[in-house]
Amino acid sequence: MNKQIQAEKNDKIKKYTKIELRERKNTLPFLIPSLAGVLLFYILPFAVVIYYSLIDNPIQKNFVGFDNFIQVFTNSAFKQAAGNTLKFSIIAVPLVVLLSLLLAILLDTNIPFKTQFRTVFITPLMVPVASIVLIVQVLFDYNGAFNTLLASFGVLPIDWLKSEHAYLVIVALYLWKNLGYNMILFMSALSNIPTEILEVATLDGCGSLRKFFYIKLRYLISTIMFVTILSLINSFKVFREVYLLTGDYPNALYMLQHFMNNTFKSLDYQKLSAAAVIIGIMMVLLINLLFAIDRRFSGGEDD
Amino acid sequence: MIQYNHNINEPLTPPEELIRQRKRNRAIHRGKRIKRGIYCAVVCTFLFIVSIIFLFPIVLTITNSFMSQTEIAANYGKVFSSLTGSRTFIAEKVTLKLIPDMVSFSQYSTALIKSPDYLLKFWNSVILVVPIMVFQIIVALAASYAFARFDSKFRSLIFFSYIILMLMPYQVTLVPNYLVANWLHIIDTRWSIILPGIFSPYAVFILTKFMKRIPKAIMEAAKLDGCGEWQLFTKICIPLCRSVIWSVAVLVFIDYWNMVEQPLIMFSDQEKYPLSVFLSKINSEDVGLAFAVATFYMVPTLLVFLYSEDYLIEGITYSGGIKG
Repeated sequence: MNKQIQAEKNDKIKKYTKIELRERKNTLPFLIPSLAGVLLFYILPFAVVIYYSLIDNPIQKNFVGFDNFIQVFTNSAFKQAAGNTLKFSIIAVPLVVLLSLLLAILLDTNIPFKTQFRTVFITPLMVPVASIVLIVQVLFDYNGAFNTLLASFGVLPIDWLKSEHAYLVIVALYLWKNLGYNMILFMSALSNIPTEILEVATLDGCGSLRKFFYIKLRYLISTIMFVTILSLINSFKVFREVYLLTGDYPNALYMLQHFMNNTFKSLDYQKLSAAAVIIGIMMVLLINLLFAIDRRFSGGEDD
Repeated sequence: MIQYNHNINEPLTPPEELIRQRKRNRAIHRGKRIKRGIYCAVVCTFLFIVSIIFLFPIVLTITNSFMSQTEIAANYGKVFSSLTGSRTFIAEKVTLKLIPDMVSFSQYSTALIKSPDYLLKFWNSVILVVPIMVFQIIVALAASYAFARFDSKFRSLIFFSYIILMLMPYQVTLVPNYLVANWLHIIDTRWSIILPGIFSPYAVFILTKFMKRIPKAIMEAAKLDGCGEWQLFTKICIPLCRSVIWSVAVLVFIDYWNMVEQPLIMFSDQEKYPLSVFLSKINSEDVGLAFAVATFYMVPTLLVFLYSEDYLIEGITYSGGIKG
């Protein structure tokens, strides 16, 4: 069977006429500006980055193997930065996926003010973080409004921004910013579930919980994986919030981008390159893993 | 002749059993309706509370921008004096105020007219974001046309590498960007952010997904009528994509309006910082000003949002799903 399909495919490829081939060639120029830019600004220099990560310095160009990587891995600043970023991602990504799914499900039911709620939830997406940093400082400073509020319940004041608790603030900000985007993705996925199947299930006496776990969840798996990937990437962007709140050298929240920034300042190309390669490889592995999970659960069907 | 099923001799009232059943059904329905009502109320209250939390920081920033410097100092003096260590006059507690005692536009007039510094930084943001937005879409339109028009191994390989690139965080992509900027001697100029921004594959991804949905028949028909590829692109493809182009424009705009990482690395000179970075550098004596500038900075995005919410949602929907 598979062979037959393969043979048909081969036939198709062979069947291109000269005209079609010429047409194909004619569309190639459209690709050139973009491809040239991507090659120049991303792909070729990344090859150089890989090269730099393997030599001792740009002048002598001695091949040193994995020395740079080992140096980065043993660097305490890098360890701290990677640990903090990882910790943040592990806390924030599942939270954002679950909460946005919850919001999407709630908005998917028949309730009043649906569009208004949706509008409110995606508003933070539009607001630049820099604009609300001030108010966050007012809220969560040691002398801030939140501590004043807690004090009225008899809770001792906590230095939200400068201690370990800063994680909570940053996670809250991250959720605030990212819930809307993910929610929209989930809402469109929910509305794409064929209604006939749900109707049949209702007729068969399926409750809404069972309908969710046995039917909707199966249709949502790809979206959940995609949202997870997206949230993971966005969790690397949380540096923005951290930087704007706490500056260049925060105590508790030294993130990967802080490490990169400070290494940029010292212009240590080898360390930078090695770190970039490490993070890149990690990302590719993680994304592959998530896609593998997706393929395993959605039964290999493409949509 | 009409035939009635009903026998005239029988009484018209339905049998007892039927009446009882109807009553029962009605009771069940009423129960269901009440349940549904309670569910609605609970969900709505929950969503309402979440909404308030979501809007709270935005609204507070906007209302606070209408307070005078003295009022801000009286309310939040304590917070911002602890940042610098200097002790001006301070209230004992921080009080959050939603509505200013006296609405004043003094902060805006200072920020916008008397100290051109902030306007300059605002301009820095505009001059970075607008070219990126415009040219990224132009470049991406052409590229996605090529991707959507024909499939081949070569093209899908390139498209796949675009996706990988799109998924890379700044921590990875900024290093190659910096190297190229260094070779081209454009570090510390705006080009070092604009050029990599133009070729960012994000727009290509969404536009390609949209263009693949345009029926091939339309293209074939236009071709039979004598359209060349260029005419197909400009006369057929772009007009069909109009709404998705707006969506991409909105998404790109909000992404770059919020940029922090690139200017920090590419610019050593704070004068070139866009407002998104510079806002955090406003010193504590100017807190009142900062609120006004912060509000001023989010006005364009909120305006864009107001007029293009549907486009934004459409854009987000198209960005979903990598395989599609």
